[in-house]
Amino acid sequence: MPYLSLTDEDKKTLLQKIGVNSVEDLLKDIPVSLRNPKVSLPAGLSEPEVQALLTKLGQKNTTTKDFLSFLGAGSYEHFIPAAELEIVGRQEFLTAYTPYQPEASQGTLQAIYEYQSLMTELTGLDVSNASHYDGATALAESALVALKHTNRSKILVARSVHPHYRETIRTYLTGTPYMVEEFGFEVSGKLDKTDLLAKLNMDIAGVIFQSPNFFGIIEDLEGLSETIHANGSLMILTANPLSLGIFRTPGEWGADIAAGEGQPLGLSMEFGGPFLGYFVVSQALMRRIPGRLAGLTEDADGKRAFCLTLQAREQHIRRERAGSNICSNQALCALAACAYMTLLGKKGIREIAEINFDRAQYLRSKIAKLKNFEVDVNLPIFNEFRVFSKKPFADVEKKMKEQQIFAGVSLETFYPELKNQFLVCATETKSKEGLDRFVEVLARC
Amino acid sequence: MLISQDDRLSFEKSVPGRRGVILPKERFCENDPFKNIPPHLKRQTTIGFPELGEPEVIRHFINLSRKNFSVDTHFYPLGSCTMKYNPKVNEWAARQEKFTALHPLQTEETAQGIFEILYELEEGLKEITGMDRFTLQPAAGAHGELTGMMLVRAYHASRSETKRTKVLVPDSSHGTNPASAALFGYHVVEVKSDSRGRVDLEDLKRHLDEHVACLMLTNPNTLGLFEKNILEITKLVHQYGGLLYYDGANLNPLLGIARPGDMGFDIIHVNLHKTFSTPHGGGGPGSGPVGVKSHLAAFLPGPLVEKTKNGFVWAKKNPQSVGRVKLFHGNVGVIIRAYTYLKTIGKEGLRQVSDAAILNANYMKEKLKETFQVAIDEPCMHEFVLSIKTFDAQGIHAGDIGKRLLDYGFHAPTVHFPLVVPEALMIEPTETEAKETLDRFIEAMEQIAKEIHEDPEKIKHAPHTLPVRRPNDVLAARKPILSYRDQLREKYLLAEAAA
Repeated sequence: MPYLSLTDEDKKTLLQKIGVNSVEDLLKDIPVSLRNPKVSLPAGLSEPEVQALLTKLGQKNTTTKDFLSFLGAGSYEHFIPAAELEIVGRQEFLTAYTPYQPEASQGTLQAIYEYQSLMTELTGLDVSNASHYDGATALAESALVALKHTNRSKILVARSVHPHYRETIRTYLTGTPYMVEEFGFEVSGKLDKTDLLAKLNMDIAGVIFQSPNFFGIIEDLEGLSETIHANGSLMILTANPLSLGIFRTPGEWGADIAAGEGQPLGLSMEFGGPFLGYFVVSQALMRRIPGRLAGLTEDADGKRAFCLTLQAREQHIRRERAGSNICSNQALCALAACAYMTLLGKKGIREIAEINFDRAQYLRSKIAKLKNFEVDVNLPIFNEFRVFSKKPFADVEKKMKEQQIFAGVSLETFYPELKNQFLVCATETKSKEGLDRFVEVLARC
Repeated sequence: MLISQDDRLSFEKSVPGRRGVILPKERFCENDPFKNIPPHLKRQTTIGFPELGEPEVIRHFINLSRKNFSVDTHFYPLGSCTMKYNPKVNEWAARQEKFTALHPLQTEETAQGIFEILYELEEGLKEITGMDRFTLQPAAGAHGELTGMMLVRAYHASRSETKRTKVLVPDSSHGTNPASAALFGYHVVEVKSDSRGRVDLEDLKRHLDEHVACLMLTNPNTLGLFEKNILEITKLVHQYGGLLYYDGANLNPLLGIARPGDMGFDIIHVNLHKTFSTPHGGGGPGSGPVGVKSHLAAFLPGPLVEKTKNGFVWAKKNPQSVGRVKLFHGNVGVIIRAYTYLKTIGKEGLRQVSDAAILNANYMKEKLKETFQVAIDEPCMHEFVLSIKTFDAQGIHAGDIGKRLLDYGFHAPTVHFPLVVPEALMIEPTETEAKETLDRFIEAMEQIAKEIHEDPEKIKHAPHTLPVRRPNDVLAARKPILSYRDQLREKYLLAEAAA
């Protein structure tokens, strides 16, 4: 097999130095009954064969590049700058470990620090960590932060938060003394404020919202941070980070924590991962944030230097008293997002949000004219919206697929009561012809 | 000067009007509909992003990359991290558009290629570890441990064993073990190591009772030693009704040699970013599949892949499942790399990997023993630990030697871990390093030993050849500056104080 550098001659020299005849002689601690198990695996392949195999497997997939895709629901098709791919492809970033030795890792550390800086700018909050696994786990850990910070027992979650995020929060809290309660949404898909207020009591540690919510709607959270804070609870907001180029930020809404999915910031979809959990908190919660933090300091010669900091929060120091058990994160994905945001810059980040908004608005207004489909054109959206079908969605989906279109994500899968409704997403990747073709084929369904 | 001395942030290189990407001008809607959005829903403040052209951005990041040690540029003998070579065909595979452009909610029949990869990797992991079923969802080792603790809890709960509140971990364990158990309210109890660095059986027995939920174990342990009493350990814990959790961080020397499943472990996580050669990315992404014996399979997080005669599908959710632990299906890009690796090394490669990892470690240990003290001098598996306390008189700590090694062009070993060894230096060469590299590292260590006697100050102030030297982490923690915004605030406060 490749990747091994010891020649037979080397092995002899090594064994001689060690003073044994074979590797077997070094395994005496392993009970004989355990040794040399039968492992059934195919023989190794040469690189040309491996490439051929992976190519063949790839061909069994029909991707969002093969078909015209309007799938969203937490994973979004976006343009990725070529320059970003070159940066992320640098092996010095790719094959480095966690920057525990700062002198040997200034590159990674400065990049993380810049990522943290960009995320605070984007979300309008004060302190960003170096990344979390994904939006679902970031949100679940944000619930833990709220529970510990307030010393209360319950988390209140909007039912319009991504179903996978909600399930992950429940998984994380099951079997702990903590509980999750949900509040609903109105017929329009907007959060139900009456239900929220009815459930907001002194047990509530934090309230979790999503905006744009799972149905694509920009929520109006006016006055909520005051109410939630007056109740002694934390406000947690998960937002599509790209939407923050033009829509009100978690910081501006008065949220204490912004936690969610960073995939729209220049990461490919890769069947759902690796993605990027972002986690940004207010100054007051700085010492409760989970995960790594890069900080600015000086070196022994007074030069600017970066290092991991506030490590007393973390598992490798605090062990069972740590607030979180996270160790490996999604550093390379954070680097990708950092390069993406830097390339887009101050104007680009706004423009890309405007273009997404424009494409989705255009598509929604066209669908509004169709006989068999309904949309609510008055709802504020970013790049995704809900469509009501008068025909069974399964049939629509099938017919669209025959025309090489992924029509959208069925909502009934996640909310059994939302029959024949689906989510349609249009990003900057869609041309006018593409959008028009979607409408034209949909009209024939 | 080869490495750029420019330490400015992108923000500090910003020039108004520059841009790195030009986006389409055309808008499809007439009468900009954004005008109809209520003003209070719009962003209120400008976005303080930097403004740079593509050439500046590229130079900025490429120069940053050159300030890193990495496996592709340096020997990286970081114990318990398995910094082996990351094969490039893995990268090639993961970057195929046929994988990167797949949406996670596509219907099953449009993604059969990726389903096959998920399925085949699970089959391979089952064979290699001796477990019955895997979830590929966990994103990292610690995430796998968290999932494992959920399974422990669910299993005992299903048997109405609510009194099991205790999780045992050896004192040599990784910090994630106690942290993961504590997250679920388990009372963490440390089991002592014996004089030979293994779990102290007598101490273990003292802690065993009807309250034990689980014992978490790394084997070989963090001293690089195989727990020779493993069969007795697993039997004892099972006798008391507890489960056995295997931390897969140190699986690299066991491929084709022994299987955690055969040792009696009920739950295991595997670090694909260690044993299965996927890159560490400066801290992630990793992937930490969790495998179980059949009596725990019903509790695994979904969705799981199932093979039917009509192709691969998502299995129906088991009502006993603990629920999903992550968005979608796991770090699939990492899984593709591990699958590619497994296809390349094949059955015969397993044993070759582990044999070479063990040989390299033992060779280094034998050579370094001539100059340094080995914590436990016995044949080791893939790693071993030196204790630097012999240099107490010179005031040299393990960390100092790590720093000085950087000057010699080697990444530091893991320092001051495991906690059971004073002044620990934990060395794991991995199987992919050539003998010449090991020899050069050994020479550097011998040279450093000489320097300690001749010029200890040089070691205490190392490194001397890198962009920075000993960043002040006390200052960083006392006055945290965690973003450019913090910097600006700090500058403003300083100016105000001066005025």
